[in-house]
Amino acid sequence: MAFRDEWARARAVAWKDLTTERRSKAGFNSVAALAVTILVLFGFALGPDTEAARAAAPGALWLSALFAGVLAFNRSYQVELDGGALEPLLLYPGARRSLFAGKLMANFVFVALLMAIVIVVSLVLFHVAVPAAWPMLLLVVLFGTIGLVTLGTFYAAMASRSRAREVLLPLLLFPMLVPVLLAAMQATKAILDGDIMHEAGAWISLLVAFDLIFLIATFFTFDYVIEA
Amino acid sequence: MNPSEADLAIDARMLARRFGARWVLRGVSLALRSGEAAGLVGDNGSGKSTLLRLLCTLIRPNAGSATIFGADVVKSADRVRELVGFLSPVPGVYDDLTARENVRFAATMLGRPAAQADAALERVGLVHVASERVRGFSSGMLRRLSLARLLVQAPRLILLDEPYNNFDAQGIELVNAVIRETVARGGSALVVVHDVGLAAPVVARWFGLRDGKIEPLAGAPTRGVAPAGAFASSGAVH
Repeated sequence: MAFRDEWARARAVAWKDLTTERRSKAGFNSVAALAVTILVLFGFALGPDTEAARAAAPGALWLSALFAGVLAFNRSYQVELDGGALEPLLLYPGARRSLFAGKLMANFVFVALLMAIVIVVSLVLFHVAVPAAWPMLLLVVLFGTIGLVTLGTFYAAMASRSRAREVLLPLLLFPMLVPVLLAAMQATKAILDGDIMHEAGAWISLLVAFDLIFLIATFFTFDYVIEA
Repeated sequence: MNPSEADLAIDARMLARRFGARWVLRGVSLALRSGEAAGLVGDNGSGKSTLLRLLCTLIRPNAGSATIFGADVVKSADRVRELVGFLSPVPGVYDDLTARENVRFAATMLGRPAAQADAALERVGLVHVASERVRGFSSGMLRRLSLARLLVQAPRLILLDEPYNNFDAQGIELVNAVIRETVARGGSALVVVHDVGLAAPVVARWFGLRDGKIEPLAGAPTRGVAPAGAFASSGAVH
């Protein structure tokens, strides 16, 4: 199948997922509410110490995105399972990687919107000023989100064939996400602290490297994980 | 005359499949020629749906082999998916999309033009609700929508699992018309039914599945539900 056909199929899957989500709204509202709740709980746990809150902001930001993201990834396949739509989806001819690409794009938009909310709430809740190098922060969010979504979409597909998928997904996903989260948190922390040691660039490079590795690996192995 | 491998719509040999420790299919051999429609009956749990799911590549056999117009269901699964259309008892549509969006999505995934999706909707009689979300559709309307997806695909082999469920008389005739048209253009159909009378006007040969093995029916059924034990005691199906 030509690349153009695969691209059309991927766009169709992404459009279908986003349209379904936009109309039902159930997924995004609950996931966003969870992310904000996690941030508020972090805020309570850290207490009134603004310095401690500022120091914890990068970790709280990425962990809340991670926990809320897991819900989103599970949901992206739950939509297929609920109506028995996964089978027709798997029966369309052509490479399954276009399904993965479509799901990936839809999940990226979903988590990017979530990140926008999480960042704004984090800035307010943890008394963090918008850093001078905010474009760099956006890059970290972009590459961190790509890593999170790539692995999340991939392992959600793997877990979707299991009855214990809600439990299985975090168990599979969290250990694999450690390098992405570590790099994203360290880069975020460096940028929020003014990047005095000029270490943000190195962490971003590491993040990009992990993204590339995970993107390539998941695209080439998706056919096997989605098979019954 | 022995038909060549590519002339056989289905050439299954000793197909076996188990789920856990339970063998659902225990060596199914079945040959279906181009331009032929066959019916498959059997008790609940006899493996009818499993056989269809194997033939359309949704699951893989644990043993044996099968080809669809010469394409192996395991080694050439992607080619098989181009040749086969599967109508499942579950509609497999998206509740929050409209009927038109559902069929157009299928058309895009199949590489067909959107106009084909609109024509299919008209054919199944859902044009008047094409812009409505599927969430409020009745079971019969959902079945019609699934059938529209099959019409868009226009595959060479159609595998129909309980295709008459939830259909009114018009819907039943629609299913039979789809089978007739597929056969008329040189394709084939394998229809799983409980009420053999519904498919009798379009089905030329009947098979039965029992205890994980396929057997030819003792005689062509005319009306009613296939009686238990109505299978011949032995015999290959080729």
